[in-house]
Amino acid sequence: MKSSIDVAYVAGLARLELSEQETETFQKQIAGILDYVEALQQIDVSSVPDTPIDPNLPTNVLREDTQRESLPVESVLRNAPKSANHLVIMPKIVE
Amino acid sequence: MSLPLHRESIASLRRKLTAGEITSQDIVQDLLQRIASVDPKVKGYLRVDAEKALAQAAKTDLKKPLGGIPIAIKDNINEKDEACTCGSQILKGYQAPYDATVTRKLKEAGAILLGRTNMDEFAMGSSTEHSSYQKTANPWKLDHIPGGSSGGSAAVVASDQAIASLGSDTGGSIRQPAALCGCVGLKPTYGRVSRYGLVAFASSLDQIGPFSKTVEDSALLLQAIAGQDVMENTSRPVPVPDYRAALNQPVRGLRIGIPKEYFAEGIDPEVNAALKKSMDWFADQGAELKEVSLPHTHAAVAVYYIIATAEASANLARFDGVRYGHRTQTLGDPLTIYRKSRAEGFGPEVKRRIILGTYVLSSGYYDAYYNQAQKVRQLLRRDFTNAFQNCDLLLTPTSPTPAFKAGEKMSDPLQMYLADICTIAVNLAEVCGISIPCGFSSEQLPIGLQLIGPHFQESSLFRAAHHYEQAHDWYLHRPNL
Amino acid sequence: MQYEAVIGLEVHVQVKTATKMFCGCKNEYGAEVNTQVCPVCLGLPGALPTPNEHAIVKTIAAGLMLGCEIAPICKFDRKHYFYPDMPKNYQITQYDLPLCLRGGVILEKYAFPKDVQKEDFATAQKVIRLVRIHLEEDVAKSFHFEEQSGIDFNRAGTPLMEIVSEADLSSAEEAFAYLTTLRQIMVYGGISDADMEKGQMRCDVNISVRPVGQKEFGTKTEIKNLNSISGVRRALQYEIPRQIEVVSKGGSIRQETRRWDDASGQTIIMRVKENAHDYRYFPEPDLLPVRTDQGLKAEAEKLIPELPRQKKERFMKDFGLSDYQAEVLAQERALADYYDEAVKGSSHGAAIANYIINDFLATGPDLNQLPIPASHFRELAELVGGNKINSKQAKEVLAEMFNSHRAPALIVAEKGLEQVTDTAQLETFCDEAIAANEKSVADYRSGKTGAINALKGFVMKKTKGQANPAVIDEILRKKLS
Repeated sequence: MKSSIDVAYVAGLARLELSEQETETFQKQIAGILDYVEALQQIDVSSVPDTPIDPNLPTNVLREDTQRESLPVESVLRNAPKSANHLVIMPKIVE
Repeated sequence: MSLPLHRESIASLRRKLTAGEITSQDIVQDLLQRIASVDPKVKGYLRVDAEKALAQAAKTDLKKPLGGIPIAIKDNINEKDEACTCGSQILKGYQAPYDATVTRKLKEAGAILLGRTNMDEFAMGSSTEHSSYQKTANPWKLDHIPGGSSGGSAAVVASDQAIASLGSDTGGSIRQPAALCGCVGLKPTYGRVSRYGLVAFASSLDQIGPFSKTVEDSALLLQAIAGQDVMENTSRPVPVPDYRAALNQPVRGLRIGIPKEYFAEGIDPEVNAALKKSMDWFADQGAELKEVSLPHTHAAVAVYYIIATAEASANLARFDGVRYGHRTQTLGDPLTIYRKSRAEGFGPEVKRRIILGTYVLSSGYYDAYYNQAQKVRQLLRRDFTNAFQNCDLLLTPTSPTPAFKAGEKMSDPLQMYLADICTIAVNLAEVCGISIPCGFSSEQLPIGLQLIGPHFQESSLFRAAHHYEQAHDWYLHRPNL
Repeated sequence: MQYEAVIGLEVHVQVKTATKMFCGCKNEYGAEVNTQVCPVCLGLPGALPTPNEHAIVKTIAAGLMLGCEIAPICKFDRKHYFYPDMPKNYQITQYDLPLCLRGGVILEKYAFPKDVQKEDFATAQKVIRLVRIHLEEDVAKSFHFEEQSGIDFNRAGTPLMEIVSEADLSSAEEAFAYLTTLRQIMVYGGISDADMEKGQMRCDVNISVRPVGQKEFGTKTEIKNLNSISGVRRALQYEIPRQIEVVSKGGSIRQETRRWDDASGQTIIMRVKENAHDYRYFPEPDLLPVRTDQGLKAEAEKLIPELPRQKKERFMKDFGLSDYQAEVLAQERALADYYDEAVKGSSHGAAIANYIINDFLATGPDLNQLPIPASHFRELAELVGGNKINSKQAKEVLAEMFNSHRAPALIVAEKGLEQVTDTAQLETFCDEAIAANEKSVADYRSGKTGAINALKGFVMKKTKGQANPAVIDEILRKKLS
């Protein structure tokens, strides 16, 4: 697969506004990086089992359903750029 | 012999503290003076809270293992009621409402949290030039980079502005700056130290580890921060051994593998020479040296830049200006808030990696990039498993070259990425590695050697590294500041 | 041309647990805003998830009750989309390896709306196949004001199951029956309170129409904002004919999201479906995989109660209830449990069922907080069965019992309702009756047996209605023979 990144489109997915200058620079740089990582396609991975779960991983490290302390509401809102009536405020969200 | 307190190690300060020769305030005062005189040149700290450190020193409990010892913390590890900028404008003014597990453990061990160290923004970089706040200098040569991303944590230890520090290592971010600054840096096995409270860069690769002046101190710090954590699902339930006890086991009989791929083209001749000398020393001590092969080494950087950026693109999605961090002044709908806040808050390297990571996960490319990278990662992992069938440790350079000049690689991200070529595979294979000083270049820049151990065999690293260190005087050299 | 509707439902069900899915904050509806929030569910930098075992067990239990296959091993994934109510801007969910696969829901007659229960389609016992059930975290809740929105993170991170059906439903009534049955099972299993008005059960409807006989699906619309099961029915009763009308006039349906407006009784367009989202799923690196076959499934099996169908059969067999009685009592777990409690050790199962269904339910009690101890009904049935009071008096006792919640025996004693069973006294009254009603006596003796009723009435009057008619009958017959 020859890389064909459209930086402007991907930046949209990532919710990043880029200037024209940035788009152009990144387009070039990332295309270069993608050329470099292209080599991976040539590596024979047929010996790696095609399982979606890494068999090396431990399993079932789970938490008991017991309560832990929540933050005081002041701490929840401490870093919020805008808050009122104990709510985090944003410009109107349209569904 | 009486060294100024800031020159000393944790172990020797602890002896003096418990003997009643000095107080914790003495250490803190001495360090504060040192910082005042040296940090304007090194710029390793983002913040030092003198008052708080002195107040903590006054309450020192010497019975605790790190009682009275000041430690610096990389600015991506949460400390309750402190800033935690990650070197980024997007977290300017952020105040952590909670402690990371490691900061809690350090506090519980009696340590004094002295200040917060500079770093590449969100730990993305190998030179600390990607901090949005300041550029940290290499204490040995101020116009050179200290390495990264934990450049601040390495530089403050190397310049005696901290007795020790914590950093984080995703692809070499502890070991590489330790090598370039001439101190000891440990990347523990993945799952050895809880990541809870470490601002995530690449979740499957990140580990917290110590910078120190001696291997013994490294063992003391790991002892304090290691162990399974109920708050961290990937921390492993492996018992924590007595690391200090391992220091005294002999080197004789250790089987040390020399992976040939790490001594290939691109390695600086002076680095190569220093490494060869250290190999000879180990052989002289009765260690068994053997050449081994890690055949997928050439793919490590590519695998790393796919997996790390993919995970980072997700981990950094939360910085959106809604609940915390920078929110743009521009008025608009939520989408505008996101796009502008992130554009204004992130620096170019972070943006570059978010875009790359978003791309490799996007529809139609996932299998070719992310999935393929995960499979090659398994092969890399297997390389190490195979190598460790016949040896206890691997010995490699930490960095192919000594520190480079500031600005040299800023315009070419790929060249910057290749600086991590010796350290990256260790994270991908989730094994442990340590960098210790092993000489100096003709320009008087430190050279580091890396020892790599199997999963949860940090004791073996300490054992070999400690003997090497004590048989040489590299660790006693200090930059002229 | 004849058209048919093709309907698939995605149902989200909040899992009833003490704490959230990935952190220890309380999972409780209705608390003060932003008081059940911690670094994890607020998505603070550095916070990490740890999975709630109980939520996993309950989801498996739901799957087992719905006949699903339980995946022996599954994992969590990250699903990316930016939204202010999504703290990390990715949701931890399950993508390619959900906990439960396949399974199905049988549509029983009684699950259909009352007005159609006699129709053929209501008695067909149609099976709606499920695609999957997966477990994920819920998002925060937004309140919308004039120009801004406020976010409450209490709900963020609470456990949420998504139950996805095949497009097997073909009418508004089937959708109603499907949801009724799902809800019933969730409540029965204690998986969820599944109250649609509280958002504990939420439903997205995908609906398209096609000419009967055509294999391909038509273009579908998605309907949101459905707050009740009957609302889903009404929405489909509107949307199906709307689509048929468009298509039959040669028009075409746009792929769009519509919302149900209960007030106007219409579905209203919200937005035309933009290009498919690129959710960039990848395995959640902060969480380890989950094996269900090493204890979790066994735990889930313990949670599974007797289900409505089994319960109904038992009621009919053990207590001699009619199909209708058993169905009514078995439909709601709370009511079935209540009945089971009431009938304990009694041989008057049918009478008790009658009191509960015909008398008690008519008063419209809150089934989750039934005010009257179930044993009262047993007591009442015993009083009637033991001839202590007659059935007319039983009604009086019931009325008082619903009013004061007092025990029937107490009410009977207080009101002096106890039947006169003192035969000596009754014999005297009977003698008086015979003496005072010569004509009736003569009629009776001449074969008009009905004439005895006048004599009985006389005695009842004397006892102020508190005599047992059967006893009077017996005495009179003896005296007149």
